[in-house]
Amino acid sequence: MRRAIDREGPDRLYVITSGRSRGGDEALDSVTLIVTESEPVSGMQSEHVRILQMCRRPMAVVEIAARLELPVTVVRILLTDLLDAGHITARHPAVADLATASVSPAVLEKVLVALHNL
Amino acid sequence: MHSTTSDPTALPATAAHGLKIVVVGGFGVGKTTLVRSVSEIRPLSTEETMTQAGAGVDSLRGVPHKNTTTVAFDFGRITVDETFVLYLFGAPGQERFWFLWDRLFTGALGAVVLVDARRLEDSWYSIDRLEAQGTPFVVAHNNFGSPHTLDQIRAALDLDDAVPLVECDARDRESVKQVLVTLVRHVMATTTREVLR
Repeated sequence: MRRAIDREGPDRLYVITSGRSRGGDEALDSVTLIVTESEPVSGMQSEHVRILQMCRRPMAVVEIAARLELPVTVVRILLTDLLDAGHITARHPAVADLATASVSPAVLEKVLVALHNL
Repeated sequence: MHSTTSDPTALPATAAHGLKIVVVGGFGVGKTTLVRSVSEIRPLSTEETMTQAGAGVDSLRGVPHKNTTTVAFDFGRITVDETFVLYLFGAPGQERFWFLWDRLFTGALGAVVLVDARRLEDSWYSIDRLEAQGTPFVVAHNNFGSPHTLDQIRAALDLDDAVPLVECDARDRESVKQVLVTLVRHVMATTTREVLR
C-alpha cells in the first residue's frame, strides 16, 4: 500500500521547493486546470520541465501531483513559480463562490447528461 | 504545440472548469472501486500533507514542535463536455482526515457517503460534518450481501428523510451512475429550495 513517496525522507521535498514549506498560491484549487504557455528552457528545474511537458493539454493540479508523485502542497509551490514566470496559465474552477459551492443549474444539467452518456 | 499530444486520456484543449464530487467512507468500503467504475482514467493516487498550523492537538498541548500528517487519497475523472470536467475523489471519512476538505475539496458540488452495513459507525462523523458544513450529500449502501434494509440503515444512521439513501454495487458502472445521478438531482433540488427561500 505504501508507495515510493512514503519511503523518502523529507529531504527530497525540501530540495525540490528550495526549502519552502509554504508560498504556494492558495488560489490554486485542487481542480484548477493548468496549461503550458511556453516550452521548457535549459537550466530549468526538472520538476518544472515535467510540468510544462504534462500541461500541453489542460491538467488539474491534483493530477499533476499524482503524476509527479509529490504532495499537492509541494506541487502548488512549483506551479506558483511557473505562474509567476508566465510559463503556465491557470483556469480556475467554475464555482463562483467556493464557500457556498454553488454550481449553476445549467452546469448541473450538463453533468447529468454526461453521467447518462457514460 | 497544443495539438501534438498523443495521450488519449488528455483533456480537450478547451477544458476550463473543474468540478468535484467527493466519495467519503471508511477503509475498505469500496471508494476506489466506485471511482474506478465510472472514471475515464485509471484512478490516480496522491497525497496531501498537513503541517503544524492545522494540528489542533499540538496547540492544545502548547508544544511548539512540528508535526506533519500525510493522507493519501484517490481520484478519477469524467469529461463532461468541451469545457467542464468532473473529478471524483475518494477520501477517508474519519475526523483526523477531515482537513482534506479545507485543503482540497472546498467547492465540491456534493458528496456520496459510501456505507457498509456492518460498520455504519464509520460514517457517523462524515454525515455530521457534511450536514454542518451544508454540503449536499447522498448515502449509498455498498451492498456486500447484507440482510439489512434501507429503512434499518436510515434508522441506524439517524438520517434525515430529506437525504437520499440508495443501494449500490460499487463494482457496477450502471449502479454507480445511478448513485451519481441521484446526487446531482439532489443537489439541483437543494439549490432550487435555497433560491425559493
